[in-house]
Amino acid sequence: MKLGFLRTTAVCLAAALALSACGKSEPKVEAAGPAVRRVTEAQYRNVIADLFGSNIVVVGRFDPLLRNNGLSSTGAWDAKITPTGVEQFERMARAIADQIVSPTNRDVLIPCAPADATKADDACAKQFFAKTGRMLLRHPLPPEQIQVTVDLANKAATTFNDFYRGMSVGLASLLVSPSFLYVIDTVENDKNGIPQLNAYAKAARLSFLLWNSTPDDALLTAAEKGELNTKAGVKKQVERLVASPRLESGVRAFFGDMLGLDEFEAIEKDTIIYPTFSLAVAHDAKEQALRTISNLLLTERGDYRDLFTTRKTYISGPLGRVYQVPVPRPDGGWAPYEFPADDPRSGIVTQIAFAAQYSHPGRSSPTIRGKAIREALLCQKVPDPPGNVDFSQFNASDGTNKTTREKLAEHRANPTCAGCHKITDPIGLALEKIDGVGQLRQTENNAPIDTSGDLDGVAYQDAIGLGKALHDNPAVPTCVVSRMYAYATGRAPGASGDKDLVKYFGESFVGDGYRIPDLMKRIALSDAFLAVSAPKSKAATPTSASAAPGSKEESKS
Amino acid sequence: MSVLLPRKPSRRGILRGTLGGLSASVALPFLDIFLDSTGKAEAATGAPLPVRFGTWFWGLGHTPGYGVTEKATTAPGIEFLDQAKALKPWAKDISYFSGFNMPLDGRSNYTHITGWVGIATGTAPATITEIPSTTLDLMIADRISAGTRFQTIDCNACNQPGENYTARSTTSLSAAEISPVALYARLFGPDFVDPNKADFKPDPSVMLRNSALSVVSEQSKQFIGTLGAADTARLDEYFTSVRQLEKQLALQLEKPPANEACRVPGRPGAEPDIKNNGMEVEVVRATHGIMAKMLAMAAACNQTKIINMVYSDHHSHLHRAGESFNHHNLTHEEPANSHLGYQPETYWFGQQAMEALAEYISAFASIKEGDGTLLDNSLIFAYSESSNARIHSLDGVPIMFVGKAGGKAKPNMHVMGKGDPITRVGLTAMQIMGLPIDAWGTQSLHTSKSISEVMA
Repeated sequence: MKLGFLRTTAVCLAAALALSACGKSEPKVEAAGPAVRRVTEAQYRNVIADLFGSNIVVVGRFDPLLRNNGLSSTGAWDAKITPTGVEQFERMARAIADQIVSPTNRDVLIPCAPADATKADDACAKQFFAKTGRMLLRHPLPPEQIQVTVDLANKAATTFNDFYRGMSVGLASLLVSPSFLYVIDTVENDKNGIPQLNAYAKAARLSFLLWNSTPDDALLTAAEKGELNTKAGVKKQVERLVASPRLESGVRAFFGDMLGLDEFEAIEKDTIIYPTFSLAVAHDAKEQALRTISNLLLTERGDYRDLFTTRKTYISGPLGRVYQVPVPRPDGGWAPYEFPADDPRSGIVTQIAFAAQYSHPGRSSPTIRGKAIREALLCQKVPDPPGNVDFSQFNASDGTNKTTREKLAEHRANPTCAGCHKITDPIGLALEKIDGVGQLRQTENNAPIDTSGDLDGVAYQDAIGLGKALHDNPAVPTCVVSRMYAYATGRAPGASGDKDLVKYFGESFVGDGYRIPDLMKRIALSDAFLAVSAPKSKAATPTSASAAPGSKEESKS
Repeated sequence: MSVLLPRKPSRRGILRGTLGGLSASVALPFLDIFLDSTGKAEAATGAPLPVRFGTWFWGLGHTPGYGVTEKATTAPGIEFLDQAKALKPWAKDISYFSGFNMPLDGRSNYTHITGWVGIATGTAPATITEIPSTTLDLMIADRISAGTRFQTIDCNACNQPGENYTARSTTSLSAAEISPVALYARLFGPDFVDPNKADFKPDPSVMLRNSALSVVSEQSKQFIGTLGAADTARLDEYFTSVRQLEKQLALQLEKPPANEACRVPGRPGAEPDIKNNGMEVEVVRATHGIMAKMLAMAAACNQTKIINMVYSDHHSHLHRAGESFNHHNLTHEEPANSHLGYQPETYWFGQQAMEALAEYISAFASIKEGDGTLLDNSLIFAYSESSNARIHSLDGVPIMFVGKAGGKAKPNMHVMGKGDPITRVGLTAMQIMGLPIDAWGTQSLHTSKSISEVMA
């Protein structure tokens, strides 16, 4: 029943995509109100690296974001910042600011020198905070805000007899500003009285979607000149952003989120069972997946679906030990690598990142892998197991269940479990010759491993066949479009207007040859992406919405 | 009152005005006598010794029938069985709650999640990610945490910072400390003011940090009326968090009262191998043990009154070195030993958890405070998320109170819930901690009946 449903859905989607009409106009959707989204950890790190250089170290822990609808970045659209979060941000801000004003970096990062380094210097401080504040807060700072920051820096400089220490204090205050930690939409009315994002808010939306970072000087300048209030101006900037090498940051951020790679480096494997696994492997496995994606989708401008069949990747020394292949670079560095034609691995789901992420610490898991493919790559929800299921009935005490396949066959024969296991296990079992960290194996408990299965009616014999089935499955492109839309707008496609819009993007994606940069560009250039409505309700009584600590005390003071 | 609205001048403002006098030390007398003659109050302030609250969480409960001997009715005395034998020496400090249930009113049992969310918030979640309301530790924190540096300190001993079972809402999540070294730096690093040091001089850099936060707080005015109500509330919470940090820093500018119980611990040496094996039981136990001592001393040094410790996550991903099944997998897939009558590997994990709890209790009990111990002035709310993890049962999820809460709690009771809503236990904890609350929970978890047998 479930399989039939999925198959029917897939066929319908395929038909819809095949019938796509080029040149169809963008469906109208109701604009959302102004958004307030917390910068994600990746965005925070990118902004610091982009503005001050990658040698500035960011150390700290970020409040977690709620992962919903297959993405954690969408959690930023609702995320609050807790007292612990502010404490962490303040600590990070001080450490970053100290590095920026350090003797090593100050000559490069501070555009002027004080007349006397033991005293406050109003002019130099003003110059620095005007320039840096504009980049950090994504809009020119009003003179009074610059002056407040300068005053703070001067006060600190006088206290410590150290101009640079003062600059550090002032800079830290910008780094904990709500306008830095949150990307806050500002709404204004256009000449017809219709609400629109102001030009700086548009700049931020564009840069965080395409670069996963703050607008650069050119984008802010375009905003200043009012160019982002015209379609031609937006188009010019979007084309510039898409053509930039920094698009890679945007692509990596999206796929890192969609594939759940953001937490990958915290993954744990039992090093007795898997002695080849290490922190270096975890780090490099994530990097390998992202390099594979970047190379195919950006460098080669390839078809997104080829991610599931490509043999081209990159390899490092630590990964070579897990894959058990000779690495091209003896120094352990990265090098392009192509799995040979007779290698049973092809496509991203056969790489270490996927194999290890969706396994237990000491063994593989066809069910977890199958569920991950259904949910992350096909956007299909696999129900949670019933609360009262008793798994012990599947355990034969006489040792007859030799392989995971045999054990899972009993799950699929059980009416309570079959509904889910029938849609997960045939996918995951295709990957069973890849163990819990990505190493190849041929047997399990001395029994040969059978990797045959099917995906929505398409049969295959092994992982390569699964990759081809994914490549040809119409839900695969539909899913990535849906996720990209949610990633860009914070809205999971649900309302009818959204559905039509996502379908429109899906049809365009097909027409564009399944190219991700083109999809990102289409979304960025859509009317919907930069549309906004007036705030839903003014915050006349903001106290009602928060039971935050201290509010009561504050009201008493 | 919203922090987005203008406020009256605060202490911070006054401090800002004193920056010119930074070089003058604040001469406060060092007190030779720490406590008054009763042994129950601080001589420095005359205030009663503070009462601390904490949660201690472990995933997957007990092996049914091997934690405690159940009773027919509520009565003094707890008979811990083999799996929980480590708690036997502490039985007189514990109240144990059996047989309280969690009716779901038709909502799903989101396995391993519904249990902790229901116990901590009084409401069964409607979705797998929902935190329906503020968790009880934060409700208590709002009541008692004034005057301490940290409103709460949250730790996770199994290398999962996101597994932190304290929140104000679904979207207000914070990360737990997972590293003993980082925890030490936060608690006893440069920002710590030793209450027993004779000389005290406010740190000018702290004053300037506070000034920087004041500048940030002033920005709240920019957003009044520019956003929808929900986003205004979110920014409101952010500014409240900033205010919390300002208060934290302001405390560092005051000479704290002398504190006999406070003995600054040494910096931890080499950290357990969290990065490679942070969920391996030996590493978890080592991490937990180091953190327990640090947390107890943080409470004694009045750095916080609320401590949350997650020993193992709600799914318990803990594993033994060299074993391919983790604790959670074992509960579902390990065959019961026909001679023993239970799943032996699963049993072992539960036993380890109770040994860890005993170690945690010991850390609090080892600190003398007044005429008793820190444990006497604490209430530790130890709980799990299921009573029978193999089938995800929510009937009879184990909960314990540990400590006397400064004389407000009456330990050594085994309370039999007889199917009553489990929220009775949380309501009781909040009342013991002084919350003016007479009912708690929603739908079938709503209750106005606290448990008088454990209240002094």
